[in-house]
Amino acid sequence: MTTQILIAGFGGQGVLFSGKFLAYKAMMEEREVSWLPSYGPEMRGGTANCSVIVSDAPVGSPIVTKPDVLIAMNLPSLDKYENAVAPGGIIIVDSTLIARKVERTDVAVYYIPATQMASDEGITTLANMIILGKLIRVCDAVSNDNLEAALKKVVSARRADMLDLNKKAIELGFNYAD
Amino acid sequence: MSGPYGTMAEKVLMKGNEAIAEAAILAGCRHYFGYPITPQTEVAAYMAKRMPKIGGTFLQAESEIAAINMVMGVASTGRRTMTSSSSPGISLKAEGLSYLAGCDLPALVVNVERGGPGLGGIQPSQSDYFQATRGAAHGDFRMIVLAPASVQEMADLTMHGFDLADKYRMTSMILADGTMGQMMEPVSLEAPEVKTYDKSWAVTGTDCKRPHNIVNSLYLVPEDLERTNFERYERYRTIEENEVMYEEFMMEDAEICIAAFGVAARVSKNAIMAARAEGIKVGMIRPITLWPFPKAAFKKAAEHVNTFVSVELSMGQMIEDVRLATECARPVVLCNRAGGMIPSPEEVLQRIKEVNGGMTK
Repeated sequence: MTTQILIAGFGGQGVLFSGKFLAYKAMMEEREVSWLPSYGPEMRGGTANCSVIVSDAPVGSPIVTKPDVLIAMNLPSLDKYENAVAPGGIIIVDSTLIARKVERTDVAVYYIPATQMASDEGITTLANMIILGKLIRVCDAVSNDNLEAALKKVVSARRADMLDLNKKAIELGFNYAD
Repeated sequence: MSGPYGTMAEKVLMKGNEAIAEAAILAGCRHYFGYPITPQTEVAAYMAKRMPKIGGTFLQAESEIAAINMVMGVASTGRRTMTSSSSPGISLKAEGLSYLAGCDLPALVVNVERGGPGLGGIQPSQSDYFQATRGAAHGDFRMIVLAPASVQEMADLTMHGFDLADKYRMTSMILADGTMGQMMEPVSLEAPEVKTYDKSWAVTGTDCKRPHNIVNSLYLVPEDLERTNFERYERYRTIEENEVMYEEFMMEDAEICIAAFGVAARVSKNAIMAARAEGIKVGMIRPITLWPFPKAAFKKAAEHVNTFVSVELSMGQMIEDVRLATECARPVVLCNRAGGMIPSPEEVLQRIKEVNGGMTK
């Protein structure tokens, strides 16, 4: 089975970081994996996205053109990629930042106010990991076990204090019922 | 830990650019000279972090031209050295590439291609194929050109490239594209077996104990210059006989053969799987060495293949080598995007279907 995931938002929201965590998590579950960032002249405030592919077979093209799962962390990303999602796929929307509803009727849609939740919990930089928790819940690309091991691969040793906060953020999203 | 690459060092996720840099260090390169340009800057950034910690040299030169000439200086001493850049920057290095060839110096040069011509764009491309395999600069010379199609190959071919450069006293070029440089995949990195090469030609100081060596590309006597050219091409013939690398994918019964390297080969694999599911007998030859080109593999394939499809991120460059290798025995058609665009698996599948339906143009 192959799952193509597209995580899209503003630069600075941690889109590339959450994708990297996802890729590590999958790799540590002995899955084949690829991670490809958009690398335009973006910076904080511009658009950013990354393609993550998780598969049982070696990954062919690393470019996600028809995502099975789309995480939209801002309106331009939802506008741009909503129609690209594969029929029967999943769209996860940060409903704090995106007021409109998804128009597609052939996909499963989850709304989660990740940015608001992050703010309420005092972890304002971790909306990306809250929404990733939701992805782990609703998509079987990776499991919810042993989050720490994968987090240790992506959170630098200098920021060890962030390990627990990242784990907390993932659990918040995982347990969020909409 | 065992994985798809066998039992090796622990797998880590790395960008292709970073894998090149770490592999170069493992291969014994301690002298890196570069200048930033998207999409290869992570090579330089990685070297900047690592080289000072291991007693090596990282130097951000004032220009690409300076960097290649610094490479020439280190190469003259017999030490392993490299530079990296992206397409417009490689053009600036052209003079140095010719001088390295004329001086018979080993070096590794990395080109993580972006769209062109001119300053072009920053998205992935394969449009420097001609430059790498034909006319990198003036004079009769070749470079060994290695085309990775995964992050693991970015690392493996970097190590292999250093060995080939030392073995044949010439430049090895890694010809990658922006996708290969930017993407992360699991990679296992282990120091390669240490091989020793004859470096008796190197300029290392004589201590007044031996005649001094001269590294030079200027020969004013044409008979002498002709001799160096013939000798060099004798070496190139050896390389063509011994160093060809390619991958065959589902070629046993293939009636259509895709020719593709790098990311184009990755995209093509998806298309081939989809076409096979519809009963179309299609396979692929993926050149890993672009020079020397796997001529024999294509010539042999032409015995049972009806049509070749060259899938490229360019206006069609490798297609000429496929035609030469097959001596035009079968039609060779193009499936391409350019300027930083990448063909989708659906586009390649569409082309396969057209060819399967009898289209030969």
